[in-house]
Amino acid sequence: MGRRTPLYQQHLEAGARTVDFGGWDMPVHYGSQIEEHHAVRRDAGMFDVSHMCVVDIRGPGSRAFLSRLLANDVARLAAPGKALYTCMLREDGGVLDDLIVYFLEEGLFRAVVNAATADKDIAWMSRHAGEHGVEVIPRRDLAIVAVQGPNARDKTAGALPADCRAPALALEPFFAVRCGDWFVGRTGYTGEEGFEVVLPAVEVAGFWTALATAGVRPCGLGARDTLRLEAGMNLYGSDMDESVTPLESGLAWTVAMKDQREFLGRQALEAQKAAGVPRKLVGLLLEDRGVLRAHQKVRVEGLGEGELTSGTFSPTLERSIGLARVPAGTSGRVQVEIRGKLLAARVVKPPFVRHGKAQIEL
Amino acid sequence: MSNLPGDLRYTKSHEWVRALPDGSVEIGITDHAQNALGDLVFVEVPESGRQVAAGDPFAVVESVKAASDVYSPVSGEVLAGNDALATQPELVNQEPYGQGWIARIRPSSAASIESLLDAAQYQEHLVSEA
Repeated sequence: MGRRTPLYQQHLEAGARTVDFGGWDMPVHYGSQIEEHHAVRRDAGMFDVSHMCVVDIRGPGSRAFLSRLLANDVARLAAPGKALYTCMLREDGGVLDDLIVYFLEEGLFRAVVNAATADKDIAWMSRHAGEHGVEVIPRRDLAIVAVQGPNARDKTAGALPADCRAPALALEPFFAVRCGDWFVGRTGYTGEEGFEVVLPAVEVAGFWTALATAGVRPCGLGARDTLRLEAGMNLYGSDMDESVTPLESGLAWTVAMKDQREFLGRQALEAQKAAGVPRKLVGLLLEDRGVLRAHQKVRVEGLGEGELTSGTFSPTLERSIGLARVPAGTSGRVQVEIRGKLLAARVVKPPFVRHGKAQIEL
Repeated sequence: MSNLPGDLRYTKSHEWVRALPDGSVEIGITDHAQNALGDLVFVEVPESGRQVAAGDPFAVVESVKAASDVYSPVSGEVLAGNDALATQPELVNQEPYGQGWIARIRPSSAASIESLLDAAQYQEHLVSEA
């Protein structure tokens, strides 16, 4: 038996089929993954993501600490509530995790890290925290619900504490606001509008029920995966891990190297840049019939081989899409080996879908 | 509960077999199998004329999440694959024992389907797997 979030019983009562995800028993779907996917693209869906871990970083040295710890630059977080997407790297440039960090107030930041990597992340953070005199505080007393879709913010507002509604609806994209023990961010992992709500675990059952009453559809991790892939967002453990750098993972845009900031992993990235980054992560659209899946081989004429890191059937496009790590010079058309056959795929620039609409030529 | 028609034969790998009057058989996957797989988005059916042996993977069903092999319950020659599944894979979810059939085969031995499970035996198998 895996670990369970405070909503586990509600998931079972709603007909969830559960799977192990990073050591947690999580809903994969509640009947139809495709209908859940469409609910998020067309209306509003909610995900229990309480398996992810909130980590507060507290102390006067917290900004300097995060400036050293993270590949993106927390100097970009000037306004309270602002969020930043970043990788946390090993000294050799390998990706330990990707995470979002929020600036709450001077001396207090909040990170949200992946479930499967949480223990490793916290140990790594704590190891480097000492020299900066900051506290690394895992917040397993908190739950997280993501509400996503064109109608998500409207439908969520009524389920928030009264004093939270107006500030939440006034949020700019990629900002968050605190109201008491609640924390509402205008962020997400689907390519749609919405909120990610962090709240006391003891209050999440009531919030989930209120959202369901407001017409928000429960969605499992299956739909979350097809939505994030359509949105061209990486999944840690599939599209990148400790064996690759952000530069080989389509994440160069998250690495701030313009000034001389000495973040962990910088030297390795500079060395890789100087030598030439050998591989890159690209989007693929399958032109033949079939379904792209992680670990399928990609053949690139004249350049060698690559590999799918994620692949699925896109419910929005009704085509198969994927992300693949391929030789740096790859462009145009490639071949993907599926059950012994070579099928044609086209290199495209993610995202595949944003706000319900195709972003690539089909 | 799974829907298990009494006039069909079954395999432990969750295929069903229907004996047709001309001696050929129709093959599909069971209601239990389609439910476990979830929404199907792609089905690869065998080409007619192909010789298959009992236990060979001869078709593939893919849900949003994963690909699964379908094993031929009998040895013989493929007479037809269900081409409707190319554009409507969801037929397997909607009518696993009807329009969602996967292939028709002429068995090399008429007796070969007698050794397959009947509905009660397949039901027992499902219980033992649960």
